[in-house]
Amino acid sequence: MKRFLLLFFWILTLPVFAQEHHGDVPSTSATQVEATEEGEFKPGEMILHHVADAHEWHFATIGHSHITLPLPVIAYQSGKGLSVFSSSKLAHGQTYDGLKLEHEKLEAEDGSKVYDFSITKNVASMLLSAVILIVVFFAVASGYQKNRGKAPSGIQSFFEPIIAFIRDDVAKINIGPKYERYLPYLLTLFFFIWFNNLLGLLPGAANLTGNISITFLLALFTLLITIFSGNKNYWGHIFATPGVPTWLLPIMIPVELIGIITKPFSLMVRLFANITAGHIIVLSFISLIFIFKSVAVSPLGVGFALFINVLEMLVALLQAYLFTLLSAMYIGGAVEEHHHDNDLGFGGDHTHNPESAAAPH
Amino acid sequence: MNLITPDLGLLFWQFVVFLLLVFLLAKFAWKPILGGLREREESIESALRQADQAKLEMQALKAGNEKLLAEARQERDRILHEATSISNQLIETAKQKATDEGARLIMQAREAIQNEKNAALAEVKNTAAQLSIDIAERILRRELTDSAAQKQLVTDYLQEVKLN
Repeated sequence: MKRFLLLFFWILTLPVFAQEHHGDVPSTSATQVEATEEGEFKPGEMILHHVADAHEWHFATIGHSHITLPLPVIAYQSGKGLSVFSSSKLAHGQTYDGLKLEHEKLEAEDGSKVYDFSITKNVASMLLSAVILIVVFFAVASGYQKNRGKAPSGIQSFFEPIIAFIRDDVAKINIGPKYERYLPYLLTLFFFIWFNNLLGLLPGAANLTGNISITFLLALFTLLITIFSGNKNYWGHIFATPGVPTWLLPIMIPVELIGIITKPFSLMVRLFANITAGHIIVLSFISLIFIFKSVAVSPLGVGFALFINVLEMLVALLQAYLFTLLSAMYIGGAVEEHHHDNDLGFGGDHTHNPESAAAPH
Repeated sequence: MNLITPDLGLLFWQFVVFLLLVFLLAKFAWKPILGGLREREESIESALRQADQAKLEMQALKAGNEKLLAEARQERDRILHEATSISNQLIETAKQKATDEGARLIMQAREAIQNEKNAALAEVKNTAAQLSIDIAERILRRELTDSAAQKQLVTDYLQEVKLN
């Protein structure tokens, strides 16, 4: 157990060394190992660099050698067409095919617009998580074929209660009788967020669910499903809120319309902020060691980082649950048939939602 | 700050991967999983329902058995009662019959005795009458001859009668 803990501590410190540095681009190459030799260690830059996306997958730096996985760069320029090449050709600020990386952003030398469809670290991590999800849940599904009419076994018995929980306590309760139509989306959403949250906690892994693009698109899916499954009752609440005098409607309608947007917006920000904040805190604690340039600080820094990391494992599950639960609630509000008087202004009222109370950060 | 600006490439890949994931998992994972779950829940529910039904049936069967037993007991009691009453009745009738027969036999015997007695008395009367006639005849015959002899005769006859 002690040796395991030591190993775990060692692994926890890896992200620090796994810091990327493109040595020839000074503004982004803030790595503490070299920085201590070459100049000032900038924890802010190091942390932001770590939580951001990258065009290559950098695992560790040992001495002066980088352990990186080059990823394909796919760029589209109008007039020039697609260009596909390995990101190793752009390393250390090099120019290839008229393209270069400026602050991890792909730019053309002639200044024309570049559409970057590269398989970045986040995309690669997402593909990996997709493969894991498919392998895991195909295995679970095959368990139902194998153990037909029998008790579940193995991986099937681990995921069955979770799936049943999402079905019964998230979908069925919040959406009502039509829940089955939305269940595949909600289940995929939950496990996608959860798996990626956990993958993001691994040393050297990408910060996928702490990326605003990812949470934006997930929230957009929920928004689109809500809008397209909204029934007469739902739209009636927005354009002619019952019990509101007619002269108030010019105020109420914009408020309700803003309410439609704020709900997925809160989903997007909550997941992004929670996961990114967790990563920043872990990295900050570890940065303390390098800020103080003292080994004596390391037990404290590593201890706190370990504590936050374990907490983040809880947050990973909690945020996946919250995102799924709130999505189910918004969809449920759109397909709800009966109208309750105390639900007036359901669209804009956030005080009775668990979101304000449940967000830990 | 590029931390909060969505990235086109990532959005594109996320859109493709997530939709593909939803489609693949929905078709090949969630459908069989949820189907299997529902199937098992239904089978458990129906098993429980069947158990309940079996319990009810058992109870009904038990109640039926008890009813049958009670009926059988009642029937037995009734039969026993009937048998006793019939036997009593039989004994009674037999007794009655015996008494009647006895009485009839006694009557018959009495009648026979009476008849015999009457016949005997009739015969005695006849014999006495015959004797009287005989004596009278002989007296009459003797008288015709001699009166002493007649007397002698009567005495003889009387003596004869006494000898009888």
